[in-house]
Amino acid sequence: MNEKKDKTPAKQNFITVMGRSGKNMAASLPIIVGLMFLFGYMQVFVPQKALLSLFRGQAVGDTFIGAALGSLFTGNAANSYVIGGELLRSGVSLFAVAAFMIAWVTVGVTQLPAEAAFFGKRFAILRNLLSFFLAVLVAIATVWTWRAF
Amino acid sequence: MAKEIKRSRGGWWFLAFVLFVYIVSIFFDASRTWAAVLKSLILLLKISPILVMVLFFMAVINFFLRPQKLKKLLGKESGAKGWLIALTAGIISHGSVYLWYPLLKELQQHGMRTGLIASFIYSRAIKLPLLPLLIYYFGLKFMIFLTVYILAAAYVEGRLMERVLTSDVS
Repeated sequence: MNEKKDKTPAKQNFITVMGRSGKNMAASLPIIVGLMFLFGYMQVFVPQKALLSLFRGQAVGDTFIGAALGSLFTGNAANSYVIGGELLRSGVSLFAVAAFMIAWVTVGVTQLPAEAAFFGKRFAILRNLLSFFLAVLVAIATVWTWRAF
Repeated sequence: MAKEIKRSRGGWWFLAFVLFVYIVSIFFDASRTWAAVLKSLILLLKISPILVMVLFFMAVINFFLRPQKLKKLLGKESGAKGWLIALTAGIISHGSVYLWYPLLKELQQHGMRTGLIASFIYSRAIKLPLLPLLIYYFGLKFMIFLTVYILAAAYVEGRLMERVLTSDVS
């Protein structure tokens, strides 16, 4: 397939290119539609507030819990800031809140099947695992630096 | 990419599984299941303009950027410029990450490095339009440190991914 694309003349019709890209996009639609329905289901059936009560007041443990919860949730990053802000007000440590917000946007457990379908299982699992641990590290580094200055 | 997905039918199986969950769920809690259906349809409606935008980007890239040029910009010899492009593109890209998967896959097939894909995805954690909200809740200082560390982590993740997956990249 690539070979054919490589030899395509530069002066090809834009409509033709658009059509080819549309075909590629159409092949991705089952995954995207499936993800939307999965997110919709999670938003209704998984109460976020109940899960957030898992925090225990221990900085190290809570940081990992924060990263784990952030990995499960998905959606607009603005929601994670708002939830993070509320968590902070209710006494959850800043380490945990930061890990929660970072994992929210960098780790995607619910979109893992989609990521694996596009880039392979190995890529998807490794990227999410790395992102999880980096979320913890970035949270710790950010809070430490913030406190130092 | 399209051929790979069609051949494996992974996407259709995934969609079938999600729909199966809904069918089972409707017997236990019909009202909430219908609420979830409605929520999902609203989500689909919200992302459709971004899907069109991504489709347009895909076409523009295919039309204007030849594979050789792309390889130079994002391939193995791209060097610092490649990292800079991936990180910047990640920061300025809009919409949910999975909407960018088709484009990224296409770029990968044109020679984009695996590490740059990982860095692009990670750097999307920096949301320029939401920075004021982050400042409102956590302060300017916190926002600056968080942004710098996320950028560093995006680069580190890309490097690590490349190192581990070197044998996997074809």
